[in-house]
Amino acid sequence: MAHSEEHSGGGTKEILRVTLILTVLTIIELALGFWMMGMPLESTSRLATKITIIVLMLAKAFYIVGYFMHLKHEIRNMIMTIVVPLALFIWFITAFLYDGNSFRHLRNTYDPHFKEQATIKVEKKEGEHAAEGKEARPAEKKGAAVEQPKH
Amino acid sequence: MWGGGKSPFNVEYGKLMMWYFLMSDAFTFGAFLISYGTIRFSTNGWPDPNEVFRSYPFASEGVHAPLVFVSIMTFILIISSVTMVLAVKAGHEMDKKGVVRNLILTILGGLAFLSCQAWEWNHLFHEGAWWGRNPFINHDGTASSTNFTNFFFTITGFHGFHVFSGVIINIVMLTMTLMDKFEKRGHYLMIEKAGLYWHFVDLVWVFVFTCFYLI
Repeated sequence: MAHSEEHSGGGTKEILRVTLILTVLTIIELALGFWMMGMPLESTSRLATKITIIVLMLAKAFYIVGYFMHLKHEIRNMIMTIVVPLALFIWFITAFLYDGNSFRHLRNTYDPHFKEQATIKVEKKEGEHAAEGKEARPAEKKGAAVEQPKH
Repeated sequence: MWGGGKSPFNVEYGKLMMWYFLMSDAFTFGAFLISYGTIRFSTNGWPDPNEVFRSYPFASEGVHAPLVFVSIMTFILIISSVTMVLAVKAGHEMDKKGVVRNLILTILGGLAFLSCQAWEWNHLFHEGAWWGRNPFINHDGTASSTNFTNFFFTITGFHGFHVFSGVIINIVMLTMTLMDKFEKRGHYLMIEKAGLYWHFVDLVWVFVFTCFYLI
């Protein structure tokens, strides 16, 4: 186990340090996930928590790639050949999520059926989960419910 | 400069090529996850992962324990990544016993993760979920679509396939180590390349777990 510090980076101490960091980051993410359960849908606090979780996730990625995969200790130009193309992801994610969001707004504006579907709540069946193998069916709209004639 | 005899970036050819393969794989997984995000963003409602993923092995029927089982899976994969780092480090020190021990631990971690994922799939299947079948409703109470289950099984399946192939690769590495192939070569560089693949698999799980279970 001796002379491990001679090798460019990657000594036992560093490995343990990074493991600890990854564990702590994961625990924080999970704690935030639990905390988020109590927040109402579409709230600012929920969005802020999600963004924090994403930032923590990126930090974990940095540690795994930099230290476990040793990229931090490689020649700088090699690091660039990996990191610079990955910058494409920034545009990839931004463009597609913006697109998806726009699609949702357009559908809500111009497709009445689509917007309506978001207001029809599913009737709760007996027991927590819907029947196995079936897709959950939307409940009848109040006005359209047909009354059964009584005998 | 063109005389040769010098490795660009001072790194072995196979290692550099493994990095570039992982880049391509990163874009594949990235495409899957971004398309998942796009579809999710384009719909008004989506199932609540804390209602869908709420069980664990040997738990009772109506248990509500979100994030518990997936946390265990995440830690298993992180620890298996640590043992892989230790295997590579042992390789640098030409410590064959250390390589063998840490490779075995990594393989066991991979198998444990696969078993957990298999249980999760089987559990969801028995609740009626599969490609083309979604028994869960949206978080806001509205009817959901099969997009949720289609994306879940496709992406976790693709990732699970990578874990499986990673385990196979590691078993091959273990066999080669035990047969003294690397001792004879004088270096354990092959273990390092397998290590890169294994860390990539762990890295992808970090993203998949966050996107499907957390946010």
